[in-house]
Amino acid sequence: MAEAALPGLADALALGLRESEYRLICERLGRAPNTVELAMLSLMWSEHCAYKHSKRLLKTLPTEGEHLVMGPGENAGAVDIGDGLICAFKVESHNHPSAVEPFQGAATGVGGILRDIFAVGARPVAVLDSLRFGEPDAPRARYLLDGAVSGIGHYGNSVGVPTIGGEVYFEGPYADSCLVNAMALGIAPRSRLMSSAAAGPGNLLVLFGATTGRDGIGGASVLASAELDLGGEGKRPSVQVGDPFEGKKLMECSLQLLDERLVLSLQDLGAAGLTSSASEMASKGGVGLEIDLVRVPLREADMEPFEIMVSESQERMLCVVAPERLPAVLAVCESWEIEGAAIGVVTDSGHVRVLRGATLREGTLEGGSLLADLPVGLLVDDVPTYGLDPQRPQRPLYPDAPATLAADASPEQMLLALLASPNIASREPLFEQYDSLVQSRTVRRPGAADAAVLAIEPLRGGGATAPLPGLAVSIDCNGRRVAADPYRGTIEAVLECAANLACVGAEPLGLTNNLNFGNPEKPQIAWQLEEAVRGLGDACRALSVPVVGGNVSLYNEGPAGPIYPTPVIGMVGRLPDVARAGRLGFAASGDTVALVGPFSPSPVASELAKLQGRPLPLPHLPPHPRPLPHLDFPDAMAAIRAVREAVRSGEISSAHDIAEGGLAVALAECCLAGGVGATVAIPAEIAEDPLARLFGEAPGGFLLSGPADALQRLAEHTPLRTIGTVGGATLAIEAGGAGSGARIELALSELAGAHGMLAGLLG
Amino acid sequence: MRCGVLRFPGSCDENDALLAAGRVADAEIVSYRERDLHGVDAVIVPGGFSYGDYLRAGAIARFAPIMEAVIAFAREGGLVLGICNGFQVLCEARLLPGALLPNAGRRFVCRQVRLDVVNPHTPFTAACAPEAGSPPGAGAGAREPESASGATLGAKPPHTPPTLSIPAKHSWGRFYAPEETLREMAGSGQIVLRYAEGQSFNGSVGGVAGVSNRAGNVFGLMPHPEHAVDELTGSADGLCIFESMRRAAQGDG
Repeated sequence: MAEAALPGLADALALGLRESEYRLICERLGRAPNTVELAMLSLMWSEHCAYKHSKRLLKTLPTEGEHLVMGPGENAGAVDIGDGLICAFKVESHNHPSAVEPFQGAATGVGGILRDIFAVGARPVAVLDSLRFGEPDAPRARYLLDGAVSGIGHYGNSVGVPTIGGEVYFEGPYADSCLVNAMALGIAPRSRLMSSAAAGPGNLLVLFGATTGRDGIGGASVLASAELDLGGEGKRPSVQVGDPFEGKKLMECSLQLLDERLVLSLQDLGAAGLTSSASEMASKGGVGLEIDLVRVPLREADMEPFEIMVSESQERMLCVVAPERLPAVLAVCESWEIEGAAIGVVTDSGHVRVLRGATLREGTLEGGSLLADLPVGLLVDDVPTYGLDPQRPQRPLYPDAPATLAADASPEQMLLALLASPNIASREPLFEQYDSLVQSRTVRRPGAADAAVLAIEPLRGGGATAPLPGLAVSIDCNGRRVAADPYRGTIEAVLECAANLACVGAEPLGLTNNLNFGNPEKPQIAWQLEEAVRGLGDACRALSVPVVGGNVSLYNEGPAGPIYPTPVIGMVGRLPDVARAGRLGFAASGDTVALVGPFSPSPVASELAKLQGRPLPLPHLPPHPRPLPHLDFPDAMAAIRAVREAVRSGEISSAHDIAEGGLAVALAECCLAGGVGATVAIPAEIAEDPLARLFGEAPGGFLLSGPADALQRLAEHTPLRTIGTVGGATLAIEAGGAGSGARIELALSELAGAHGMLAGLLG
Repeated sequence: MRCGVLRFPGSCDENDALLAAGRVADAEIVSYRERDLHGVDAVIVPGGFSYGDYLRAGAIARFAPIMEAVIAFAREGGLVLGICNGFQVLCEARLLPGALLPNAGRRFVCRQVRLDVVNPHTPFTAACAPEAGSPPGAGAGAREPESASGATLGAKPPHTPPTLSIPAKHSWGRFYAPEETLREMAGSGQIVLRYAEGQSFNGSVGGVAGVSNRAGNVFGLMPHPEHAVDELTGSADGLCIFESMRRAAQGDG
């Protein structure tokens, strides 16, 4: 290979490799890598692409299940949803780009996750997002929120995929490192499911979609695998720019290519661009690939070979095509007015070889200059994985949040403060920036139920009386509770998703996760990661729900410290008939209100504790009990099943799970969503302290409303307490004995005023 | 009735329009590349972001090959319905008066809104009056969709215009026309829909939500009737727009 001066160790270090990694590369290659090769390897060996610190842990997660069709390893996982259809879904982070440029960071996050979905052959039918920012009194937090929400809307709305749900939390530890995780779901006939494994030496490699430019050079290593300095503006050139119009055409073109069975494998271009896509396709197929850079359609004429190989220009796909099908493939591309070009061939060499100016003849590239020649194994499999050195923190990792609630606040003031707290306030001002309706499937819009509900087939009318099966989706994680107890906090996140699905009548089919953590090389962060993954695995096994895929985002920390450990869980379930999908709002005056499930609320790490400025508990030190309330899986499962079956029966009016802010906030949410009040007495036995009865938090509890006899039927399966009646225009709650003062009586209008506070943040 | 639904690159709601129109008539997609409407009885220009709307909403789609045929069809009195981006395209093509500007709040908003049917005597709204024997779920009395705010619509007093609960979702939906034009339009029944009191979020002049041309055969609106055709998805009030078109096209309106 003609290369004047080879790069050395210093260049490798500057590209983010460790010295030991560079030496390993030289040893395996039997020589030093040249510039193009080093650029390729530095990205493939980055944390973002290679999961160096998480791979061993991820292997402990259960990935088998009754409904599983495709597990981790492909662009997205998939589950069987009946009638010959599958649902593919995945969550992915775009945290670091969004911290630098929130609008484009979030927009390309959506674009990227949508490509993952149609790469496996599924038509995207929904997007959800999971966002974390610093406290919104800081202008930067509001700027990031505004930019990220606008960016998600800009992409999702423009490509005709509804954004049907999501979650957002505001906490100090996210001030320097915001989180932007996007999840997407797609539906496909099982027969259209596509792998990314390249196959068949002599077949052609076709790149189609947008042209390749300099945007996003080195995004995976520069941005995603190192802590961000304050003021990451200097890294802005590494942020990719999204074009939803191009993305929409690319989606339609890809699905048509699959429908017409013109391609043998399909892969999107994401982090590390062509390098990563080609390496992954070759690795999965056990083949080699040769690419001629002259054939890559460029946006800028004078791009260096390494730039072409690592560019993260958006809206591009790579596919393998039998030579005789090439004209048909290019014709489909042309019909969508997008570029397509055969840029290389599949070989049996087991190497990725990068050429310039070769001749393509009968399925081989001949001549030209050789710019890079790397074994696929070195790019993909030989990356060292690192063990963690976990250590439970002995001192608080996070600064205490200042109290925002007066010490002598009354229960009524507490409830209003909780409803107005940014973590609980109505999400409507955010959700309504997203098109939640396109594709004619949305049966429960954001805010109408605990989980979003989609009909599997678009609604056509015609007086059909057969049940219309649907999908339900929930995404959740309360990072503050995970920080208090990474093991139980993660279990709570999984149970919360399952509870949300139960409230609409859906049974979980599978879950995806995005592990957002700080720097795993620090022992306390390693401990959080290990505990969280252990909790995730245990919860999945208890629920019999497989992990179908996911993503890891590490090094989310700034000068002020790490983020809260945030294992975001996205769960997909199925319900037999969308006509009976549950709602969260109280519906009918005179309905009975019931507290269902094993619910033992505690003030620890609750939203009220935060407003009161109480410090997070230190993770437990045996023999002390863990900070978060204990819940036996069989009891949790029994409650979830009982609620699901009650909703499916169509006999009850509403179902809502009890989460942030406890029972009082859950009651207020049911009243506000239904536009009707309630009168409730909370039984003293659920917690000793009246304030814990009102505002304490724990998994396992549900609020249901409906006819008394229908509710009573749940008591055979799970604890059930009748606590009140729906009606009127006020919410009245009695939480203590007579004279205890633990009493709330507030008009719906007062509750609504507090709950609507987010609108004011958006200017 | 055979209804042709246009598809431009970047159209998003064309399949929804196809499904909605398909509930009352035959409906088919017509590609922007065509130069012929193949004898359809009515045309729907759907919502979305044609050509990405990077220049000005609808400004490029207006020059797509199919639009010449649509303009000729409209001049001959054919029924043309423009929804959201389709409304923008029809304004750009000068088939409808006025223009659509960025929302007053400069944000994309997706929200269920109530609309007053100001002119229930057009080929697009004749079936929206409750007394006109409305199709199931259409017109007055239909259930409000669920929403986080939980607001419900009470019973309407008699002799008020019919109102429809239909979602709107756009960032360029602020209708504008000079005052004199507006007066003329009002006088000739061209202002067909207005947002009900307190329902407009985009700052449209006079709360205008939907307008027709002078002849009444071309109609554009920002809200999406095709997303309000089934109680399961929140409302069936939009169905009366398609039903009106069917009746007009078949001469039984």
